[in-house]
Parts: sequence; C-alpha cells; structure tokens
Amino acid sequence: MKEAVADRESPVAATAANTRSRHWLVVFFGSTVGKKVVMALTGAVGVGFILLHVSLNLLVYAGPATINGADKFLKSTGGWLWLARAILLGAVVLHIVTAYQLSRMSLGSRPVKYQQWEPVGSTFASRTMRWSGVLLALFIPLHVLHLATGALHPHFVPENVYRNVVSGFRVWYISVLYIFAMCLLALHLYHGAWSMFQSLGFNHPRYAGWIRPVATTFTIVVVLGFISIPVAVLLGAIS
Amino acid sequence: MNLTLHIWRQKNTRSPGRFVRYEATSVEREMSFLEMLDQLNEKLLIQREEPIAFDSDCREGICGTCGMMINGVAHGPRRGATVCQLHMRYFRDGDVLRLEPWRDKAFPVIRDLVVDRRSLDDIIQAGGFISARTGSAPEANSIPVPKSSADLAMDAAACIGCGACVAACPNGSAALFTGAKISHLALMPPGQPERARRVIHMVTAMDQAGFGNCTMHRECEAVCPKEISVSFIAQMNREYLRANFKEREVVAPTAG
Repeated sequence: MKEAVADRESPVAATAANTRSRHWLVVFFGSTVGKKVVMALTGAVGVGFILLHVSLNLLVYAGPATINGADKFLKSTGGWLWLARAILLGAVVLHIVTAYQLSRMSLGSRPVKYQQWEPVGSTFASRTMRWSGVLLALFIPLHVLHLATGALHPHFVPENVYRNVVSGFRVWYISVLYIFAMCLLALHLYHGAWSMFQSLGFNHPRYAGWIRPVATTFTIVVVLGFISIPVAVLLGAIS
Repeated sequence: MNLTLHIWRQKNTRSPGRFVRYEATSVEREMSFLEMLDQLNEKLLIQREEPIAFDSDCREGICGTCGMMINGVAHGPRRGATVCQLHMRYFRDGDVLRLEPWRDKAFPVIRDLVVDRRSLDDIIQAGGFISARTGSAPEANSIPVPKSSADLAMDAAACIGCGACVAACPNGSAALFTGAKISHLALMPPGQPERARRVIHMVTAMDQAGFGNCTMHRECEAVCPKEISVSFIAQMNREYLRANFKEREVVAPTAG
C-alpha cells in the first residue's frame, strides 16, 4: 500500500508559489470561488434584464399603442440602449465562458463514475443547470432574430411590436417552442436566482430564510408572465 | 438477516477494479455496518480469500476515517451518521447493497473501499498556522468570544474530514469541507491575524487538488454525518471576497 501513496511535492509550497507569483486578480478570477462570483454577478444582470423584459411584455395587454409606445421610447434613448445591450451581451458572454470553464473542472473531477448514485439533497433544477443553460443559449439568438430583428419572422412589420407578437405567436409551433424555452428558463431561474446569493456569500440569518421563497415566487411570476402571452394569442384574447 | 453485497474490489491504484458479489449470512440487527463487513471478512479468511479492505478507526462516529457509498448514498441511508454508526436495523432481510469507494480525481483508490484523502490534509496544511500564545494556558476570560460565534464555530468545527461531501457531490467539489475549515477559524479570535491569507491559500489548494466546484446541489449537506450547513460554503465565498477586496493585510505568503 505504501508505493500507492508515494511522496508528492509539498502542497503548501506549491500553493504559496502559486499565489505569490501571480497577480491577485489572476488568482481571484482563476479560483473556483472567483468564477462563481462572476457567474452570480452576470446572472444577476440577467435576472434584472428578465424582470424588465417581462414587465414590458405585459404591456401587450394594454393594447398596441402602449407597447409600441414603450418600444419607441426605448429606441429613442439611442446611446443608452446600446450601452445596456453591450452590458447585457458582455454578461451573457462571461456567463457562458465561465460556465464552460467551471463545468470542465467539475466534469473532470470524477474520472471513474459511480455505478450507482442517488440524489438526496439536490433538485431537478440544480442537476439540469447545464442543459437548461445550453438550450437557453440556443433559444436566445433564435428569439432575437424572430421578434427583435425580424429575420426569422415571415410577417415582420418594423416598429410594430404588437403586430409582430400576435402574428408570430399565431403559428402554434412557434408558441410551443417559446413556452418550452420558458419552462427551461423557469428551471434555470429556480436554481440560479437562489444560488447566486450563496456564491456571493449573502446568507445572513436575517434574510437567508427569504431567499428561497423570493427566488421561487420571482421564477413563477416571471415565467407565467412570459408564457401568458403566446397562450393569450393562441386563445384569441389578443389579436 | 441475509444480504447480498456487490462490493468494489480493486488491488491497487493502478489496477482496474470490478464489483464482486458476496452473501452476508446470519447478520444481526444490532451489528454496525462495519461489524457486518468484519464478519464477512472472517468468512473470507477461512476460505483463504483476500478480505475486503475498508477504512475505520474509532467506530463511534467521531474520527472521520470510515466511509463508503452504499446504494449510491455516502455513508448509507441513515442521516447524520458515519457508516460505523449505521446499524443493520436500517436494512431488511434480502436487501441487495452496492458498496463503492468515494470517487474523485483527488481521492485515488488505494485498495477496494479505501481511498487516499490526503488532498483534504493538503487543504488544511495550506491554511497554515494560527497565531496563538504558547506556554501556560491564558486566563479564560482574557479573550471574549460571543456565544453565537462560539456556537457557529463549533458547528463548523464538527467536520471530521471523512470526505462524504466530496463523494456525494455531482461536481466532486470539496467546498463544504473547505468552507467548514475556513469558517471555524474565521469565527474565532485566534483565527483573525491570518484570516485573509488562510482563505486564499486554502481555496487555491482546493482548486489545485483537482476537486470540482460548488453549484449548490446541497448533496453534501444531506449526507454530512455532522450535518454541516451549506451556509459555511457561503461563508467561504464571503471570506474569499473579504480577503481580496476588504482586508488590508498584505496577502503575501510566508509558508515555504
């Protein structure tokens, strides 16, 4: 048994050399904890964006004038809109790149898999974060090309958001795709909107008990808000 | 009761392993899981077969030496207990059990169910010393500690380093272990002088050992024999941020 655990390089010396020779920011962003901070902060940007997105979407129920007016207002901000888009795009890219790096570490950490492994603490949402993330990353460009630029929309009318939403969702399989994507978003948010607080170290007993119910409520409200629109179009409530 | 066991047999780190089927007969309800294996090993010795290697020491749930996967759950079906404190009354006659060693890149199998957990020691070692006065014991009231801090530090210090958190984690992460070790010293006055460098060195050592990273599955918390909370992982993250962005101590390591 002795030779199996042969002497290795002193871990203390290796760690010390590793932290001494590199810039502290390289050490920080190179560490798993630093990368989780990146995931949490970029995820928080996404959470903020989603909240704004669903709020604006719900204006569809107030009629064409309101939602088209909101669209016109956003586009009139010019440079600010592009700044917001740049921040958002940057956050998405960082979120994906960091998720890839972290996933590689985790997937590589168990070269011999268990023959049997039973979940006793995790949730379906937590175990499918990588799947929901990858599928959402595929959905988002399709969605932008469909309802924002109109490249994938056969009846796209520029500057008429209301018309585009109604004519887009009248196609039943498009609506089904959107509803499916929003279910993936629900899974991703259910875990992410809670765990980002853990990654940032926010768990003071005063509010720690609120994070789970608030994240769950947020997920349900946001996703039902999104899903309600294709459903309303298909049922003819919006036309 | 009689049980069917599928046990992982592996000669050494380099050789491939496989599951071998064994029948454990006349098992008493009062036996611990390890005593059941002892009984099986005695039978194997009489048959001139190689006994099953597994780790154990205190056999009273406080040393952290024992541990294995039983039907895909670290330390088996009983919550808040190591495998030595898991008694056979938790099983039924005719049960089929699969025994696997902890599996992680940082935990190479030494033999059968025994793994090398020195990577956990490496994390502790990377944390280094604490500044404490040696010699005679100081006057007990000279260092005031709030009761809440003492309690929380004790909760973290309950970690026995068994490695179940790593074994149960789908990411193979040692965040609960490292978080508990960082937290218990960060919460107490003697841990303050090296607080910043300790967290940076321990997290670096954790990453170097080849563990995965925490995605908050909470599998670790569920199997931990000491029921250590994932809030200590949040504390580790907080300590790491604090060391980088708030602490004025120059984080230049002196350990060599």
